[in-house]
Amino acid sequence: MVRYTGLQKDVLALYRQCLRAVRDKPSATRSNFRAFARAEFRKHISISKKDFSTIEYLLRRGRNQLESYHDPEIRNIYQ
Amino acid sequence: MACTRALARLASKRTGMAIRPAGFARGFASVSDTSAREPVSKIAEKIVPDPARTVVPESKTSTVKEPQPDKDSKIKTFHVYRWDPDQPSEKPRMQSYTLDLNKTGPMMLDALIRIKNEIDPTLTFRRSCREGICGSCAMNIDGVNTLACLCRIPAETNKESRIYPLPHMYIVKDLVPDMTLFYKQYRSVKPYLQRDTPAPDGREYRQSKAERKKLDGLYECILCACCSTSCPSYWWNQEEYLGPAVLLQSYRWIADSRDEKKAQRQDALNNSMSLYRCHTILNCSRTCPKGLNPALAIAEIKKSMAFT
Repeated sequence: MVRYTGLQKDVLALYRQCLRAVRDKPSATRSNFRAFARAEFRKHISISKKDFSTIEYLLRRGRNQLESYHDPEIRNIYQ
Repeated sequence: MACTRALARLASKRTGMAIRPAGFARGFASVSDTSAREPVSKIAEKIVPDPARTVVPESKTSTVKEPQPDKDSKIKTFHVYRWDPDQPSEKPRMQSYTLDLNKTGPMMLDALIRIKNEIDPTLTFRRSCREGICGSCAMNIDGVNTLACLCRIPAETNKESRIYPLPHMYIVKDLVPDMTLFYKQYRSVKPYLQRDTPAPDGREYRQSKAERKKLDGLYECILCACCSTSCPSYWWNQEEYLGPAVLLQSYRWIADSRDEKKAQRQDALNNSMSLYRCHTILNCSRTCPKGLNPALAIAEIKKSMAFT
């Protein structure tokens, strides 16, 4: 079994939250939101595991983005 | 403390003081008296333990020069904190710029605007009113939190100026701090009039002159966050401690004679973190670019809570 560090758990938790938040969106555009969330994580996949300050920054930005995109007024998303 | 500072300022006989009446001296948050102490930011880089968070010093970055220096130009160097969120894995760095003071306005904000206009358009900072009324351009200049638009550029060209964003704030880009938490805290003190009863004469809520006088020195606050971010207590307990600026605003509503929710407001502060993390360090009153006294307001809240 893989043992994750606290930061890795935080990242996974955010990813999970993002995918779950997709369910609150209208069913027609859900795939767009899911693709967007996945792409946002994939964009920074090359960052070193030990680059803590960068990961913390991206986590913070991710949480802010999740909060703003979670607004029910936002019904679709384009990349 | 504010008194000794004012005296020290009067004694230091700065250039330009003579033409300004003494009453105005406090209004300009000039930092030309920094010779008394080394800017904290200069040593802070050495004591930060995490190598990933240290700033690349200006000696290791390039200097961007004044475009066409004249023969009799007064060249001054500015070191500016730079960090780009689009390259998140890159370290923040100090970028040096040289400007001819003869072609630059008198204030730090003029210098920054000139850098952005003529030398480096990628430099990012907030500014709006350029006269100390909006509080957008709060930043750490030569180790003192102040508004760039109220801070004179020290005339001596041999000294270099160092410009950082507000300390201990998350950075959005370059000199732009993330104020989300600060505004959330401000919202949490309910900064508006709370009343259940209508006015006795059905028109305005009237105040006597004495009641109105209590709000002087409180309503002038522009929420620039200079004081909060200069407070060590706020640095270490940002999540729970409200900080001087928000507490000053809280007191502004507690002291208001028209407000009817004084008890609830006091109740909300009555825990070990929100208010009582203030240990009267007084950095807030020392740094306030508007010359207000948040520490006094906090002391008044403490006093009003002790006697109820």
